[in-house]
Amino acid sequence: MSKLAPATITRWVVSGPPTLFMLLFFLAPSLIMVLASFRYPGAFGGLAPVFGGGRPGEDTGLTLENYQFFFSDLLYTEIFLKSLLIALISTLACILMAYPLALLIARSPKRHRDLMVLLVILPFASNFLIRVYALMILLGPQQALASTINGVLAAFGCAPVSLLFSTFAVVVGMVYVHLPFMVLPLYTNLEKHDPTLLDAAQDLGASAWSRFWRVTFPLSLPGIFSGSALVFIPVLGMFAIPDLLGGTRDILIGNLIKDQFLGTRDWPFGSMLSIMLTVVVLALAGLAARLGQRKRDGGN
Amino acid sequence: MALLEIRNVVRRFASFTAVDGVSLSIEVGEFFTLLGPSGCGKTTLLRMIAGFDAPDEGDLLLDGQSLRGIPPEQRPIHTVFQSYALFPHLTVAENVAFPLRMAKVVPDEIRRRVQEALASVHLLEKQKHLPHELSGGQKQRVALARGLVNRPRLLLLDEPLGALDAKLREDMQMELINLQKTVGVTFIFVTHSQAEALALSHRIAVMNQGRVEQLDEPSRLYGFPRNRFVADFIGKINMLDATVTAVAADRLLLEVAGVGAVSAPLKAGVQSGQTGVFAVRPEQVQLLAEHADAPAAANEVRGRILDFLYIGDVTTYLVQLSDGTRLEALLPNSAPGRAKFFEAGDPVILRWSAEVGVFLHE
Ligand SMILES: Nc1ncnc2c1ncn2[C@@H]1O[C@H](COP(=O)(O)OP(=O)(O)OP(=O)(O)O)[C@@H](O)[C@H]1O
Ligand SMILES: [Mg+2]
Repeated sequence: MSKLAPATITRWVVSGPPTLFMLLFFLAPSLIMVLASFRYPGAFGGLAPVFGGGRPGEDTGLTLENYQFFFSDLLYTEIFLKSLLIALISTLACILMAYPLALLIARSPKRHRDLMVLLVILPFASNFLIRVYALMILLGPQQALASTINGVLAAFGCAPVSLLFSTFAVVVGMVYVHLPFMVLPLYTNLEKHDPTLLDAAQDLGASAWSRFWRVTFPLSLPGIFSGSALVFIPVLGMFAIPDLLGGTRDILIGNLIKDQFLGTRDWPFGSMLSIMLTVVVLALAGLAARLGQRKRDGGN
Repeated sequence: MALLEIRNVVRRFASFTAVDGVSLSIEVGEFFTLLGPSGCGKTTLLRMIAGFDAPDEGDLLLDGQSLRGIPPEQRPIHTVFQSYALFPHLTVAENVAFPLRMAKVVPDEIRRRVQEALASVHLLEKQKHLPHELSGGQKQRVALARGLVNRPRLLLLDEPLGALDAKLREDMQMELINLQKTVGVTFIFVTHSQAEALALSHRIAVMNQGRVEQLDEPSRLYGFPRNRFVADFIGKINMLDATVTAVAADRLLLEVAGVGAVSAPLKAGVQSGQTGVFAVRPEQVQLLAEHADAPAAANEVRGRILDFLYIGDVTTYLVQLSDGTRLEALLPNSAPGRAKFFEAGDPVILRWSAEVGVFLHE
C-alpha cells in the first residue's frame, strides 16, 4: 500500500468533522424531505409507511399526488409568485438603503469604521421577535406615523389606510430585519476598492457621477450579488414577519410550509412545498450566474 | 510663452513644508524631469499640477491661464500613476477608451483612436484582455496609451517605471523617448533614479527638501553640478575639502586636502580664500602604474590601490592617498579577457586634466 502524504492526511483530519456534520445534519434531512414529499400523510400527522399496511383509512407507498395537487390549484402558484415579488422588492429596498450606508462607512476614516459596522449589527444583540413586536407598535393605527399619514390623506379627501397588517408592513419588516445582511458584504467589497482608481478616473475627465457609475458601481457588483442572496433567500422562507405584520392575505411560502407542519399536519405536502421552494431558488441562482457569465463574455 | 508656469509654489502639511517655493517653466514638447530623493516633494508638486491638491502660496499657469479652482477632470492634463491604476473591470481597449468616452467623442472616432493608441504601444493583440492578464510592462504601456489617447496638453508620469525590473526598465525608457517624440505631448516625469533622468530628459530639475537645487540639461547637470547635493546625487563623484588660493584669468588654483595644489576650471562668483570642496568624477581620473622616473605633473597624486569593484564593462578602483584620503577612479575594461589592471596594494598615480573637476562652495 502506498503511503499517504502528510499533507493529505492533514487535509482529511481537518476537513473530516465539518464534512461529517454536514452529511449528518444537512444532507440527511434534505434526503428525508425529498422522500417525504413522495409519501402519504399519516392518519394522525407524520408520515404513512411506505411498505406494509397502515392504519385504517391510510394510503401507503409512494405517490406523485402532492406535486399534482400543487399544480392543480393556482392558489399555490400565486402564493409563490407573491412571495418572489415581496422578496424582490425587499431585496431592492435593501440595496437602495444599504449602498449609501456601506459607501459612507467604507469612505470614513479607518478608526471610525469598526464602530460603524458594530452599530449596523447591533440589532442582532436583541431578540428578533421583540424587534418585530416593536415594529407592530410603531406601525399601529394610534401611533404618530399612521396618524400623520392618515391626516394627510384625509386632507386630500382619501380614506384612511392601515399601515399594520398590510403588505407594506411585511416589506418594512423584511427590510428592517435583513438590512445588515446587505450592508456587510457591500461594505466588505467597497472597503477593498483602490482609491487611486477614482483619482485616475477623475484625472481622465470623469465627473463625480461618472466616477460612481463607471468605477465604483461595477466594481461593487459582487458585493451586491452576495448581499442579495443573503436577503432574497431568507425573505422567501420567512414566516414570522408575515404572521405578525401581514394581513390575512399576506400569506407567503414560509407561512404555507409552516402551516403544513404545525397546523394541518400534512408533512408530505409541506415537504413538497419546501422542495419546490428550493428548486425555484436554485433555478434563480443558476439564471443569475448564467447572466453574469454572459455579461462578462459579451462585454468585450 | 511657456506651456506650464509654476510660480513660487508652496505647500505645507501642518508645520511641515513639502514644497518650498518652487518656480519652473515647462516648454511645449519638452521631456521634463523632476528628480530627487524620496520625500523631497515630487509627488506633492505633481498632484498640484494635476489638480488633486492646491498650493498654499503661489500659482500654476497653463498657457498663461491660472489653474486655480479648476478641478482635475477639467484640466487637459493626464497622469500615469506608479501603480498604473488600470480599471480592473474594463478590458485593455475599454481602459484606453475611457478618457475619450468622458470627453463624449463619437463611437466611431473612439474606436479608431483606441486602435491607433494601442498600435503605438504594440498592444493591439491584447485589447480584449483584462488588466490582470497582463505583465507589468504591458500594464505600463496600457496606462501610457490611456494617458495619451486624448492628446492632453501635459502628461504627468509619477515614477512610472518604478515597479519594473532592470531590463524591462531599459526597454521602456527607449519606448518612452520614442513615444514622446512621435506624439509630441509634453511630459513631466518624476523619478528618484538619476540614471533614468539623465537618459530620458531634455531638462531636469533636481529637488531636495521641497526646493529646486538645480535646473539644467542632463550633460550640464552631470558636468557642472551647482552644489554638493547635486554633485553627490547625480552619479558618483570624489569630493575633497579645498581652499581657493588664487583666481587666475583662465583657472582656479586650489589647495586640496591630501593632494596639494590643483588647478580647476574657472567658476563665476568664486573668490580667493573661499573654502569648499573640489569634486571630480571617477571616470575623469586617470590611473597609471607608478614608476620612479615618472615626471611629476600638475593635478597629480600618488596612492595605493585599496580595493576594486569589477562590474563588467568597467572596474572601479578605490585608491588611498598617503594621508588616508580615499579617491575613486574608473577604468574601462575594453581589452578583451581583461578583468583588471591593478591588484590591491599596487602603488599608482592618479592624474586629471585641468579642464575637469569643479569647485563647490555650497
Ligand atoms: N497629505 C499629506 N499629509 C502630510 N504630509 C504629507 C502629505 N503628502 C505628503 N506629505 C509629506 O510631504 C513630503 C513630500 O512627499 P512626496 O510624496 O511629495 O514625496 P516624493 O518626493 O514624491 O517622494 P517619493 O519619491 O518617496 O515618492 C513627505 O515628507 C510626506 O511625508
Ligand atoms: Mg512620490
